[in-house]
Amino acid sequence: MTDLTELGVAAIRDGVAKGDFTAREVAEAFNANVAAASALNAFIVTTPEKALEAAGAVDADRAAGKALGSMAGVPIGMKDLFATQGVQTTAASHILGGFVPPYESTVSSNLWAAGAGMLGKLNLDQFAMGSSNETSYFGNVISPWRSRDSNAELAPGGSSGGSSTAVSARLAPAATGTDTGGSIRQPAAFTGITGVKPTYGRCSRWGVVAFASSLDQAGPMARDIRDCAIMLGAMAGFDPKDSTSLDMPVPDWEAALNADLKGKKVGIPREYRMDGMDAEIEASWEQGKAWLRDAGAEIVDISLPHTKYALPAYYIIAPAEASSNLARYDGVRYGLRDLPEGAGLQDMYAATRAAGFGDEVKRRVLIGTYVLSAGFYDAYYTQAQKVRTLIARDFAEAFEQCDVILAPTTPSAAFPLGDKSDDPLSMYLNDVFAVPASLAGLPALSVPAGLTQSGLPLGLQIIGKAFDEQGVMNAGLAIEQRANFSAKPDRWWA
Amino acid sequence: MSDYRIQGETGEWEVVIGLEVHAQVTSHSKLFSGASTTFGAEPNAQVSLIDAAMPGMLPVPNAECIRQAVRTGMAIEAQINKFSRFDRKNYFYADLPQGYQISQLYHPIVGEGSLVIEADEKAGIPQPKTIGIERIHVEQDAGKLMHDQHPTMSYVDLNRCGVALMEIVSMPHMTSPAEAGAYVRKLRSILRYVGSCDGNMEEGSMRADVNVSVRKVGAAELGTRTETKNVNSVRFVMAVIEQEARRQVDLIEEGGTVVQETRLYDPDKNETRSMRSKEDAHDYRYFPDPDLLPLELDDAFLEECRASLPELPDAKRARYTGELGLTDYNAAQLTAEVETFARFETLLAATASQLDKSGADVATQVANWTLSVAPGVLKSLGDEAQMEFNTAAANAAILKLVDAGTVSGGQAKEIYEIVLRTGREPDEIAETEGLKQQSDTGAIEAEIDKVLEANPDKVAEYRGGKDKLFGFFVGQTMKAMQGKANPQVINELLKAKLG
Amino acid sequence: MSVDKQTVAKIASLARIRMDDDELERMVPELNNILAWVEQLGEVDCSGVEPMTAVIPNTLRLRADVVDADPLTGGGIRDKVLANAPAPEHGFFGVPKVIE
Ligand SMILES: [Mg+2]
Ligand SMILES: [Zn+2]
Repeated sequence: MTDLTELGVAAIRDGVAKGDFTAREVAEAFNANVAAASALNAFIVTTPEKALEAAGAVDADRAAGKALGSMAGVPIGMKDLFATQGVQTTAASHILGGFVPPYESTVSSNLWAAGAGMLGKLNLDQFAMGSSNETSYFGNVISPWRSRDSNAELAPGGSSGGSSTAVSARLAPAATGTDTGGSIRQPAAFTGITGVKPTYGRCSRWGVVAFASSLDQAGPMARDIRDCAIMLGAMAGFDPKDSTSLDMPVPDWEAALNADLKGKKVGIPREYRMDGMDAEIEASWEQGKAWLRDAGAEIVDISLPHTKYALPAYYIIAPAEASSNLARYDGVRYGLRDLPEGAGLQDMYAATRAAGFGDEVKRRVLIGTYVLSAGFYDAYYTQAQKVRTLIARDFAEAFEQCDVILAPTTPSAAFPLGDKSDDPLSMYLNDVFAVPASLAGLPALSVPAGLTQSGLPLGLQIIGKAFDEQGVMNAGLAIEQRANFSAKPDRWWA
Repeated sequence: MSDYRIQGETGEWEVVIGLEVHAQVTSHSKLFSGASTTFGAEPNAQVSLIDAAMPGMLPVPNAECIRQAVRTGMAIEAQINKFSRFDRKNYFYADLPQGYQISQLYHPIVGEGSLVIEADEKAGIPQPKTIGIERIHVEQDAGKLMHDQHPTMSYVDLNRCGVALMEIVSMPHMTSPAEAGAYVRKLRSILRYVGSCDGNMEEGSMRADVNVSVRKVGAAELGTRTETKNVNSVRFVMAVIEQEARRQVDLIEEGGTVVQETRLYDPDKNETRSMRSKEDAHDYRYFPDPDLLPLELDDAFLEECRASLPELPDAKRARYTGELGLTDYNAAQLTAEVETFARFETLLAATASQLDKSGADVATQVANWTLSVAPGVLKSLGDEAQMEFNTAAANAAILKLVDAGTVSGGQAKEIYEIVLRTGREPDEIAETEGLKQQSDTGAIEAEIDKVLEANPDKVAEYRGGKDKLFGFFVGQTMKAMQGKANPQVINELLKAKLG
Repeated sequence: MSVDKQTVAKIASLARIRMDDDELERMVPELNNILAWVEQLGEVDCSGVEPMTAVIPNTLRLRADVVDADPLTGGGIRDKVLANAPAPEHGFFGVPKVIE
């Protein structure tokens, strides 16, 4: 019998539906992999019983001849940013230690309704702030990948590093991610998997611990485009509980997948070619162009003039929103409370937040507080939001000349843990290619493109027009079919 | 300019007042959640996950709250902003679970408008005065803290948290406690007409932040102001102004300076004191709430809001004096409260229809009945009055008896009393209880003749120019008729006989 | 613009994060690095440009005024609301005594 943990979403769904194996067998196989992979620290909490319970329900439905959902029998990892009823939800922060939500996020409940089961809650950068998964209160996530040249522990990317690790190490066929400034795409690129950030508003934010509200978007992380299309279909949809949710039908992305790009134009943004760009990144970008041309697309040069300013704008807007979004963690209604002897209310707040937030969270809350404070608001925040308008306008103008944009996902392959953790700015630069699409709310994905000389995965990024997840995934599929990426990490952890 | 002055050591001071009134919007559910707004529930029983600011919770605005704010704006003839936004006002306090209040700073839903306070000579308001209103914005109310239940803890109740408020910000156009009091009363009246706030100050549905500064009479510059928060009655608003103006004058004259600060009013001591808990008040780090998109109102929505507006106090008063011919006093009394004009207009319609007369023809009669006769009877009966019998039809039937001269004013009151106790029909009561007055000219004439015969000296005095004696003859005749004669008939006959 | 230790202390206090001297000291250059870097935004000519309001063209949807229409956004769930409270007290959230 095949190793069930080598199967992806579509294969599991189809195999369960046909009766090749039961959902329970699938859940057991992944539960076993999860249990054996504690060295990777991908999960904060494992919930094998939840996976089995959901699988049991799918098997029973199948036996009863009932229609099965689009994710029936597929056990997944849930990023610990999604509230899960009755299961601890922490955002990888001490300040939410022991918090057990009495509610379920819209996205996770959509997935359960589609027949998916939960293997556990995945580790992440604390409050999704980070690009290496080194800011979690629950310890670093270790990438399953290792360079040919060294045994150094590598970053799985962030903030969805537990998700990228779980999928690439075969601990889960798919996992949820969230992307605020690259947090799906960058970890997907680092670990040789596929991740899709849909248009802002496609997936409800209700029940997802907020980082930066105007940027946060949930999306799927899986082995390939088809699996992402299936999973995104289950996650997305209008939610009246989220004022920013898109009130439009969810297309059948999987059914419409089509790698034939005849008549399509692919834009290459000249400003993404940066000074001192990594030669391997540049080569993979060139390779991507060739593949898309091969798929029938025409390659055109485009300009996104304000690209350079995207990252600094992001590092004003995201911390500003975060400083306010994180004000609710105050030790009054849930989570950690640090009440020093004789402390008053305001002292309790300050002590609780000092003890509960990690360094990177504190840094961003302070930056955000500063840029919103009296006298600085216009110079920083208003200016950043104006620049954001210009960035969105750049994309709108570019999309008059092309259908999708091709760019690298990251400026480098995965780096060793600890390499950048002392220098916030160099860490931030990791998201230089990912952030512009986030600021403009556009759908974007990362698809594996190959390996570096030292054997580490690289990803290519496709950015599309608002609402055109289909076009983005079709272009991703064209790359996927030509890249034929089949590398996987050696199983050193178990 | 009112002539309200504070006498200081160094001369006369005037006071400048602006009010920020927080009015609870009448709605079933909260501004951003589906939790109920009912007053007086068990602690935290009306709290949603959103109100408690659980992780990942999001606000979705209540259409009714937006509608009521727009209608209120229209009622003060303000500019309605078709584009508005919600902003976050960030500060830490135990009654504010999100760590920010969702409010509107940069783009409020309602822009500039105004209202007129009536002249009130006695209160030092010689003429009607227009008070500018800077804006109305919609925002969330906070929760409540209780301090007395536990020796070392305060208790937090979030039931009010997230209830919709309109903050109605006046311009600094008031210059005396009386003007401020009149402004709050007028505003309350408008809100109640519109139905956007119940105006119930005891339950906290309306509270005012009172901004007060003082300056030397005639000075051009405004002084530094203080803001006294959450003052919950008209009387206290006026008291705060008096206390605060006095305090500021004394402070300045002693060589001190007024600090711009937030203060609290203590009604027991009748004094204001600084609120230390608002130390960060100067840095709220307002920014547009990224959970909420811009609010854009279309013409159809605005049209619906406008069409649903009732006749407002000023227009109604003008119509009462103009079309209905009521006195200024009666018109003012009748239009002050929603319940009063509602009772009046219902009775006016019923009476006009029963008498087959125009509203204007019976308005004065109905107004007197509504304002003085009926309340007097109701008051004297107290609990014995059964209000289900107090129908417009019964009241109109009594007024019809009066109008026809069938019963006297006094008899009308007696009939009304019986109606309120028993629910019997006024016509039947008049008949069976002998509560009818004599309009039979012959019978009255006979009694008049007797009275004149018995008082020849008085008749002579009257004819000699002592007009006042007319009342004496009326009284004597009425007495002889046991109070049941139609006084109008007596008057006419007496006049004819006395020449 | 750059921040000094005193400014950082003020921001930390506004943000209600207790920081000792060492932490403040450490934070000063970190914040200044970031601020110096984001200040390149000042180069961009934004005259006539409106700040972004909605990233995807979309306007605010309003909901009907119905109590507890959706149990997930309604009230009447005191037990759930208090379930994670560090100091629930007789149906209230307990906090250290506040003097106003
Ligand atoms: Mg105020
Ligand atoms: Zn207010």
